[in-house]
Amino acid sequence: MTGSLVTVRVQPEDFDLAAEVQALSAGRRDIGAVVSFIGLCRDEAGTLDALELEHYPGMAQAEISRISEEAATRFGLSAVCAIHRHGKIVPGENIVLVLTASPHRQAAFDGANFIMDFLKTSAPFWKKEHRTDGSQGHWVSAKDADDTARERWSKG
Amino acid sequence: MAHIRLVYFAWVRERIGKDEDILDLPDSVVTAGDLLAHLKTLGEDYAAALEHENVIRVAINQEHVDHREPISGAREIALFPPMTGG
Repeated sequence: MTGSLVTVRVQPEDFDLAAEVQALSAGRRDIGAVVSFIGLCRDEAGTLDALELEHYPGMAQAEISRISEEAATRFGLSAVCAIHRHGKIVPGENIVLVLTASPHRQAAFDGANFIMDFLKTSAPFWKKEHRTDGSQGHWVSAKDADDTARERWSKG
Repeated sequence: MAHIRLVYFAWVRERIGKDEDILDLPDSVVTAGDLLAHLKTLGEDYAAALEHENVIRVAINQEHVDHREPISGAREIALFPPMTGG
C-alpha cells in the first residue's frame, strides 16, 4: 500500500459516485470489492433548511489523509477515496463520500467503517444549522455516540 | 518571546470575534493548556470563548495535541470545538 492509492479531496462541489468508483478501480485487476459510504444532509423532520460546513483548510485534508492511510495499512486496502464537502449544503445533498477497495469484501467494509468513525471525531469540520423557522447560528453538538463508535476500534 | 499565529474555528471563532491572532507569548506559556489560560486573560470575548477549557481542542501545526503538549516550535496553533463533520 503506497500513499498514491489514497485519494482525499476537500471541496465545495458535489461528487459523482459512479465516476469516483470508476476512477478508483480503473485498470486494476486485484480489486475484488468496493464499499461506498455516502453521508447526506437530512432535513431533521422538516426543521432544517441547510447546513453550513466550516472546515480548517489544510488540516482537514491532512487529517482525512492520515485516517485513510491508517485504515489502508490496518485493513490491507487496495485503494481509498475520501471526499468531504464544505460550504452550504441543503437536505438531500451529499456531504461525504468514502470508498474502500480490497481483494475481499470484509476489509473494505471494515475500512470504510473505521474511516467514518475517525473522520466524524477528528477531521476538523463543524456544522452550523440554518433552520426552517428562520433561526440560524446553531452549531451542531458533538455526540458521545460518535466517540464510543471510534473507541471500539482500540479494543482487543 | 515566541511569535505565534493562532487560528480559531466554529463557535470559538465567533465568540472571540476574529479568525486569527498573531501573538507574542510570554515565556511562562509552555503548554497548550498554559496558552488557553493566558488567552482567557486577554479580554471578555476570549474568556467567554474558552470558558470550558476541557472541551476546547488544540492543534499544533495542523495536528491534534493534548493540552499538556509543549507549544515550543509551533508555527500555527488552532483552537476549536469538538468536530461534527461527516
